[in-house]
Amino acid sequence: MASRDRPQKQELLLAADGTPLKTALRRSQAIERRRAFMLVAPLLFFLLIVFVVPIIAMTWRSVHNPEIRDYLPQTAAALQEWDEEDVPPEPVFQGMAADMIVGVEKRTIGRAAARINREIPGARSTMMRTSREVDEWSAPYREKFLDLDEDWANLEFWRILKRESRVVTPTYYLLAVDYEYNSQGEIAPRPEVYQIYKQLFFRTAWMSLLITGLCIVLAYPISYLIATQPARTANLLLILVLLPFWTSLLVRTSAWIVLLQQQGVINEMLVALGIIDPSGRLRMIYNSTGTIVAMTHILLPFMVLPLYSVMKTIPPSYLRAAKSLGAHPFRAWWRVYFPLTVPGLAAGCILVFILAIGYYITPALVGGDSGIFISNLIADNMQGSSAQLKLASALATILLVAVLLVYWAFNKLVGVDKLKFG
Amino acid sequence: MKRLLILTASAAAIAAGAAIAQDNELIIVSWGGAYSNSQIKAYHEPYTEKTGVKILNEDKSANALAGIRSQVEAGNVTWDVVDMLQADAQRACDEGLVLEIDHDEWLAPAPDGTPASEDFIEGTLGPCFIPQILYATMFAYNTEAFPDGGPQTLEDVWDLEKFPGSRSLQQIPQKNLEWALIADGVETDQVYEVLATPEGQDRAFAKLDEIKGNVIWWTEGAQPPQMLADREVVIATAYNGRIFNAQVNEDQPFEIMWDHQMFETDGWVVPVDTGNEETIKDYLRFATDTQRLADQAKYISYGPARNSSASEVGMFEGTDIDMKPHMPTSPENLKTAIPFDVQFWADYGDSLEERFNAWVAG
Amino acid sequence: MALPAYTTTAERVWHYAFGIICALIFFFLVAPIVVIIPLSFNAQPYFTFTKEMLSFDPDGYSLRWYNALLGSNEWMSSIRNSFIISISSTVIATSLGTLAALGLNRPNMPARGIITAVLISPMIVPLIITAAALFSFFARVGLSNTFPGIILAHVVLGTPFVVLTVTASLAGFNETLIRASQSLGANQTTTFFKVILPLLLPGVIAGALFAFVTSLDEVVIVNFMAGPEQTPMTVRMFSGLREEISPTILALASLLVAMSILLLTTLELIRRRNERLRGMTPG
Repeated sequence: MASRDRPQKQELLLAADGTPLKTALRRSQAIERRRAFMLVAPLLFFLLIVFVVPIIAMTWRSVHNPEIRDYLPQTAAALQEWDEEDVPPEPVFQGMAADMIVGVEKRTIGRAAARINREIPGARSTMMRTSREVDEWSAPYREKFLDLDEDWANLEFWRILKRESRVVTPTYYLLAVDYEYNSQGEIAPRPEVYQIYKQLFFRTAWMSLLITGLCIVLAYPISYLIATQPARTANLLLILVLLPFWTSLLVRTSAWIVLLQQQGVINEMLVALGIIDPSGRLRMIYNSTGTIVAMTHILLPFMVLPLYSVMKTIPPSYLRAAKSLGAHPFRAWWRVYFPLTVPGLAAGCILVFILAIGYYITPALVGGDSGIFISNLIADNMQGSSAQLKLASALATILLVAVLLVYWAFNKLVGVDKLKFG
Repeated sequence: MKRLLILTASAAAIAAGAAIAQDNELIIVSWGGAYSNSQIKAYHEPYTEKTGVKILNEDKSANALAGIRSQVEAGNVTWDVVDMLQADAQRACDEGLVLEIDHDEWLAPAPDGTPASEDFIEGTLGPCFIPQILYATMFAYNTEAFPDGGPQTLEDVWDLEKFPGSRSLQQIPQKNLEWALIADGVETDQVYEVLATPEGQDRAFAKLDEIKGNVIWWTEGAQPPQMLADREVVIATAYNGRIFNAQVNEDQPFEIMWDHQMFETDGWVVPVDTGNEETIKDYLRFATDTQRLADQAKYISYGPARNSSASEVGMFEGTDIDMKPHMPTSPENLKTAIPFDVQFWADYGDSLEERFNAWVAG
Repeated sequence: MALPAYTTTAERVWHYAFGIICALIFFFLVAPIVVIIPLSFNAQPYFTFTKEMLSFDPDGYSLRWYNALLGSNEWMSSIRNSFIISISSTVIATSLGTLAALGLNRPNMPARGIITAVLISPMIVPLIITAAALFSFFARVGLSNTFPGIILAHVVLGTPFVVLTVTASLAGFNETLIRASQSLGANQTTTFFKVILPLLLPGVIAGALFAFVTSLDEVVIVNFMAGPEQTPMTVRMFSGLREEISPTILALASLLVAMSILLLTTLELIRRRNERLRGMTPG
């Protein structure tokens, strides 16, 4: 502390027990701080262990790539000397033979084979077939491998093996943005027919923006209406907003399935009224329309509530004053009223947007194939027989970073503690 | 990190009581719907009655391989017996995720004494795999949508003018790519050869592009009969048993198109490290004997995987419908059938699935 | 709302047009939820109004799907599981969250901003990411396919709501009340139960309700983490919606709508009581 160095001309103020008052105050404040922290500590540590650590572990998994090193250790070591120009020399094959014998014994050889098969379809069979023969061979191995299957002379196979023997790899992040290592080992875009994730990230962002926009358009008038009504009416109208808010997400999604499907309520009504032909029923679900309609409905209350709570505080006299001073009603609204609602609008937008880009359930149920989000692809990569948990982790990490950026901006602009519900 | 793990582990200890499967309990993973139902009736209920072992069903077979992978990797295996397709079972076996099985030791011989390894239909047994049934995936249609007669061949399925309306296909590349090539004129016995080449793959996807705009994808076996019944689609691929059940139990006006249907084997695998091996072995010996496999055909029209069961197949439960002509293995239905190539899909599954998923979502 | 005499025709037209627009938006908000209730009484296994229903023929309506729901062991046990999970996680989340909110509200709380951000983050992080992270982690520590695992995961999801609502109810809280109580001779425990808790209670109850509903409604995490013994109703509904949509789901949905109306009423009553306590006018 700077004050210590200063010459002390005055007598120090002392607390009752004789310590300097400043020290005593600091001590008591430290106790207070500790007390406050002790109250928060249980939840904080709980969340660190059950939430933050698992997320960090997931992020680690997205770059962790131990299969080749663990299951083909000798091959990986021998490959470090290889010049990548020609079919590898005997020591590499010797390593492969030794690894295969161990791998067959421990039944882990298929895991290495599965890892490589992702890069070169068919490599699995070659490896499995060879591993069944290799225990009857003896050195030198190189010729025997090459005689059994010409795939062993494929340089790309060995390059991939060498590259993927690194324990930390960016491979899954490259895949997550539709890039890959090409046969020369350079980073290049994937063939077009395999590209999907970039498109899905953009679609997710774009559809979330669209949903946010629709929510603004729908929320603004009714928030204004509720805010300008007398208390009793306002409460009643507010309940109409809160009812969907408190209703189960699955219930609301099933309601939209009931309404929108081809044999659903809306199509039946249109057919009954003779507006459309029974064979010309509209496809409003299992595509992006379904996702947009259902999600706008589900997220609308998140826009109305912050907007309403801001509008409630704006005295109607402001608008009247502007008009009485000669402003055109629209101009008065735009210049006086609208700017005052911006904080509520910002809170609502960021809330809706953040919730939308991570949505999974509704797109999964009503999105068909043109209406799914990146979350659905994360889930797909966690399941299915070709599941790539690591790719799922990489995609999830990218999405997480995006969400945290928006969250951070939100915290800066509005403050999380301003969030209100109900 | 390590300390945190220990902390959490102590929390886990509370849970441990619930996590350890009891000896008199089996968690069996299967496909759900009518199929699980046939297993419950033919295998589970008689077994529980005989031994008192309680059987819990989990409908996660569609994600079985990923599920076993993550359980084994985490060292916490909760599934005891898993119903899987043969191609997935092969991969799980190669990766050391499931137990290797000595079929003659584990399984009951046929009533005439033929050892199990010779009783099962040739080519269905795998080193880690005990087959239960042969089933077919094929196209079916709602006859009410086509008063002048429905589609008869794969070409008809692709003919959107003669047979208008939505189709439903399973959201996987398997089988769809084979059918696309055949509809495009590839000979049945060359399908897999063509599909192994990049040009062949392009050709298959191009053919699927022709109908993509009219396709609603399904992921669960129960969906296609539902969509056909609701007329959400007019033609759909489906498992033959599901269509049969809808025809018989719900009187739906469906017709199966026995043209180039693909047949495949479905059966049991046992994950490693279940710690419950004796009960599992006892269950499997019971559930895969000649009588039980034949019994299953009373509830669903899938062909039993044992030769000795074929003659035991009787009537559909509670009806006088002879099941034999409805079996995918019945010679009448097998004329143009294609066997599903397990090895091909073990090799090309990953890359074709990736491409397929990109194609569907794009 | 009557219009003043001096409004122009254009304003008049706009006024009524605005009313109609708002009515349509409210219709959009509420109609989908209301429509499933009559459909759940459909006598036919369809998802749409039959002719009998539209002509109010009693034969068009039945309790068939409610019977199917209440008579099914699978549905009933999954509903029971849901309540086991939600009630346990609500109790834990409410306790942890309330304590933390009390701490955050103390004037001397260190690093308030960053800690608040961490405590709220489970609400912001997309569920699929939480699911992906917890899925592997819980499998490793033996918590997947167990009630404690699912409950802990739901505690994570529920606490931000408790922290937010309790903090909000503390915002108008006057520190001097505590000092007054203490200077009148009350010890800390008495102060807590007689002064702090009554003022806190509305926030705590609202937070608990949020945590409860969040847990009851959660699908993504349980879908990855629940084994056959823990399957909650949401997972059954989710797979039901993907596979065969039977009106049984609509029966359950209608019951859930009834429950949300009940919750909403509770909250409204709490809000009114709260405002009365603080001497504000209802508004």
